[in-house]
Amino acid sequence: MPKHILRLIILFVIVIGLFLVARQFLIPESFGEYGHYRANSIEENANHDIKYVDRAECAECHDDIAALKQGGPHKNINCQTCHGPGNLHIEDPTPENIVKETEREFCGRCHNKNAARAKLIKQIDINEHNIESKCIECHNPHEPWN
Amino acid sequence: MEHFDQLYQALNEVVGYIYPNEIELRWSILIVLYPYITGLVAGAFILASLNRVFEIKALKPTYEISLLAALAFLLVATMPLIFHLGHPERFYELMMTPHSSSAMAIFGFVYLWYLMVVLLLEIWFDYRRDFVVWSQESKGLKKFLYKVLTLGSNDISPKALKLDDKLGYIITVVGIPSAFLLHGYVGFIFGSVKANPWWSSVMMPVIFLLSAMVSGIALILVTYMVINYFRKQKIDMLCLDSIGKYLFYTIIIDFTLESLDQIHRIYEAEESFDIISLLISGKLFFTMSIMQVLAGTLIPLFILGFFQFYKPKEKIRKTAYLISGILVLVGIFFMRWNVVIGGQLFSKSFYGFTSYKIGLIGGEGMLAAGVWMVVPILILVFLLWLLPPWKKQHSGG
Repeated sequence: MPKHILRLIILFVIVIGLFLVARQFLIPESFGEYGHYRANSIEENANHDIKYVDRAECAECHDDIAALKQGGPHKNINCQTCHGPGNLHIEDPTPENIVKETEREFCGRCHNKNAARAKLIKQIDINEHNIESKCIECHNPHEPWN
Repeated sequence: MEHFDQLYQALNEVVGYIYPNEIELRWSILIVLYPYITGLVAGAFILASLNRVFEIKALKPTYEISLLAALAFLLVATMPLIFHLGHPERFYELMMTPHSSSAMAIFGFVYLWYLMVVLLLEIWFDYRRDFVVWSQESKGLKKFLYKVLTLGSNDISPKALKLDDKLGYIITVVGIPSAFLLHGYVGFIFGSVKANPWWSSVMMPVIFLLSAMVSGIALILVTYMVINYFRKQKIDMLCLDSIGKYLFYTIIIDFTLESLDQIHRIYEAEESFDIISLLISGKLFFTMSIMQVLAGTLIPLFILGFFQFYKPKEKIRKTAYLISGILVLVGIFFMRWNVVIGGQLFSKSFYGFTSYKIGLIGGEGMLAAGVWMVVPILILVFLLWLLPPWKKQHSGG
């Protein structure tokens, strides 16, 4: 066999060999334990900090608002849907660590007119409906239709 | 919250009824580039094979250019895909733990096969004699690079060169189905999405393959002319006319197949037909009717077709070939755009549209896409510097 062909074959064997060796190091240890994925990922995901709290925890301090909300159409909307995750606020209840959006656009995310939205959700065109005022000046988000 | 703001803005662009997960397009311009660049590779390689296997002598001046262009673009072909990932640094996992049911994982191996076994080997066998000669004549960095490329063997006896030629030929023969596989697969990725009526078609792999050939041949036509312009060399008109002829033939077949696919869709008029006809006459009107069909297909087809019957002066032909080549390259880009972006613009509900606004900056913006189109050209310039086809000794032996 000519020298250059032999060297070429050796080069290919080396490259394939390197690939196989690299594979040994690069495949995660727990891969394939349960299925075609890294088994440790389950535990890692389970160990993430929980940021959202139970809504009952909100009601422990804000019982008046919880009661008000219970009577209106937003009763099934979790507090944290509008106020963001509550873990920090539970530990240290200050107004700085909880979201309190008051702009029209924020309400518009659910209530701006859109053909793709279920009719159950009341919709207005935020570019036309009472554009001078903020929504919360007329509507109480915790009891919208009063 | 920023993401919600983007979503909110996108929501304002929505027309009709769409499902919530269809508001944002997940496959951006980078996914348009991926079949485009892969197609250029397959097309350029197939042109090289025409020369080698079918012995079309007129194409000889473009043989090495085609191979080097194919290599330059192949090296970049996966980059848009990798940078589209949320975690680009994990791309190699596809190759480490491939799953046989994953078309993408199989692509990784098809790609490697094509790069290592087909292109690199073919170029190596084609240039081996020159590596040996150049390693003795050159100085400095070039000498070192050529020395490495010879793999330490200076055997350029007629017997060894004959063997090189034979092996190179076998690799080209193996390379043709490999090139078909490489690009047929890209069409398969789209054609096999049965939930999307704009993509789901058994014709898709064939259409992608033919359009790949069209774009690859146009790329070599333009590259050949540009190289000769910079080298101040006279263009071989016989070669240019031959490339023009093959470009003409492949455009006819490609256009026929694409038209057949559309006629089939129109005649079948399945439940998705209304939304698709709205898509073509509305959101895709400019990119499809104007850019893909008129500019990218009909005008070049007319020019090239005209030249088959009547050949005007060289100067006019050269300009017309250059314009046709560029138009075809732009047209095929928009063909990929219409497939990738078009397929995501309408809702699976068939009752609404979303829209796609391409940003200028950012990982998936226009600038990033531009970078991935410029990098292969820079690689090609480097390859032409290192392996100049015009310095090769062509007489056999």
